[in-house]
Amino acid sequence: MALSTELSSPQTSAAFDIREAKVRCRRMRRRILELSQRLPALHVAPAFSCLEIVDTIYYGLMRRPDASKNDTFILSKGHGALAQFAVLEELGVMSRHDLDTCCHPEGRLGGHPDYGAPGIEASTGSLGHGLPMSLGICLAERELGRESAVYVVASDGELMEGSTWESVLLAPTLRIRNLVLFVDLNDFISGGQTSLTHRNIYPVAEKFEAFGWQAIHADGHDQDSLFGAASRKDPSRPLAVVARTVKGKGVSYMENQPIWHYRSPNATEYQQALAELADPDLDR
Amino acid sequence: MRDAFARSFYENAQRDPKLFMVVADISPASKMTNFKAEFPTRFVDVGVAEQSLIGLSAGLALRGFRPFAYTIANFAIYRPFEQVRDDVCYQNLPVTIVGMGAGITYSPLGATHHTLEDVAVMSAIPNMTVLAPCDPAEVEESVHFAARHWGPVYLRLGKAGEANLTQNAPEPFRFGRIRQIKAGSDVCLLSYGPITKMACELAAKIEAERSVSAAVYSVHTLKPLDTDGLTAVLARYPTVVTLEEHVQRGGLGAQVKQLAWDSSARCRLHTFALKDEFIHLYGSHDQLRRAHGLSVDQLYAAVA
Repeated sequence: MALSTELSSPQTSAAFDIREAKVRCRRMRRRILELSQRLPALHVAPAFSCLEIVDTIYYGLMRRPDASKNDTFILSKGHGALAQFAVLEELGVMSRHDLDTCCHPEGRLGGHPDYGAPGIEASTGSLGHGLPMSLGICLAERELGRESAVYVVASDGELMEGSTWESVLLAPTLRIRNLVLFVDLNDFISGGQTSLTHRNIYPVAEKFEAFGWQAIHADGHDQDSLFGAASRKDPSRPLAVVARTVKGKGVSYMENQPIWHYRSPNATEYQQALAELADPDLDR
Repeated sequence: MRDAFARSFYENAQRDPKLFMVVADISPASKMTNFKAEFPTRFVDVGVAEQSLIGLSAGLALRGFRPFAYTIANFAIYRPFEQVRDDVCYQNLPVTIVGMGAGITYSPLGATHHTLEDVAVMSAIPNMTVLAPCDPAEVEESVHFAARHWGPVYLRLGKAGEANLTQNAPEPFRFGRIRQIKAGSDVCLLSYGPITKMACELAAKIEAERSVSAAVYSVHTLKPLDTDGLTAVLARYPTVVTLEEHVQRGGLGAQVKQLAWDSSARCRLHTFALKDEFIHLYGSHDQLRRAHGLSVDQLYAAVA
């Protein structure tokens, strides 16, 4: 069986329009805020933390929609689901109705990605599950003789799960190469700031390198930086893109405030957030 | 059972390129050696990493493969319980979790290596199928079934060297149905797994020492449980006995009691099981069973 030795050919950076991506991400932030007004509690800030990462993967890196060449995306930090749902809505994979009815009995989407929903390739929600499953998908793709890539987004909190490190250790052992893990390193877990409470998850990149991975730092809200990091992938090793992010990115009062891990803005806060996210230059 | 499992898996995997063997630090033995040599890309050893054993197997299944995740029973289901529940059962994937040395097979190794409550725990998860064959021949039947079943399976095995009990069974192995492996009309013994051998010995002693006949059934499919078949047994036999190497709670005995109540059964009903306590006694398999009241003599005295 042929081993996959190269990452799927991503679009050229010219095809991945960075300016358009920035406009799209602002639009998706407003959409997520709109959805947050229908429910008392959604993981808005965790979605804002990984939005540029998820957008870059779908629009810049993944080969779609040719079924025989489909790359895989797994949102291991399932509580960032709104970011994935928003991107899938932009892509037309999920309908507007799907998102409008999210977390309502008449809908088919909940607060976390659910296998079987359009575009969702694995159920997540409990942390530390995405990476082990991604290894199985990588082996399956190898067995099928395909060269598809598997993209995983994990939170920095998931770096506290033993299952994550089992799989970090295991991936190079199994000679898995077509795996790209984006670590959404926002330095916050639900209850506080990681660098203060669990500081030994740092340094991150060096840990991956010690386990046989390639590791590259990136700005997790800059599409150029994210795309560039993935483009420099060593074809012989799995890649960890350690993406520095801001939890709640884009709305000033949410940024780096743990309360917004699981809270929806009230009407006043919502209007303020929309005002902050309006950018006449970009939206024109 | 171990060899029968390896042989049956190998035979199925030769025909079906979708079958994977994923192990956690288990050295291939008997026919598993042949499988690994002939299909090296379909044999994966994750090492001492049980969460990855199950999560990785779920990932293979997400892409259409049918992995058998194989290690010692306690490690296969307890350490990675959430992976079993979320990755395999919630996503309803065709992963067969093979628990070797279940029950108190590893008697001298202590409670960390026992599964006293595995049937209860695995049966509690939606979508899960639980199989506990009584002898090597039923292991082969179970593997044949699991290799074709589109959903999660927990396959509860003993160790090596068990004798076949079913060569003269009046009924064939049918998934989801209790199986009469010895005919009889007065007493009915219901069991599963390797301790079914003790049920056969008890039946022989009952017949030798009293002028009654005793039937033995293998309840190899514990989920879905054959409620119709068991209800019929409760109506037909004056005395029904369950015997299992598992605690009462969530085991066969408790479920048969519930069926007896639901069907207003009028038979005498004895349910023999392990006690609800960790075992600190070290010794042979039979010595540990005896400490929990499970030996032919003790059972005979209780039933007679």
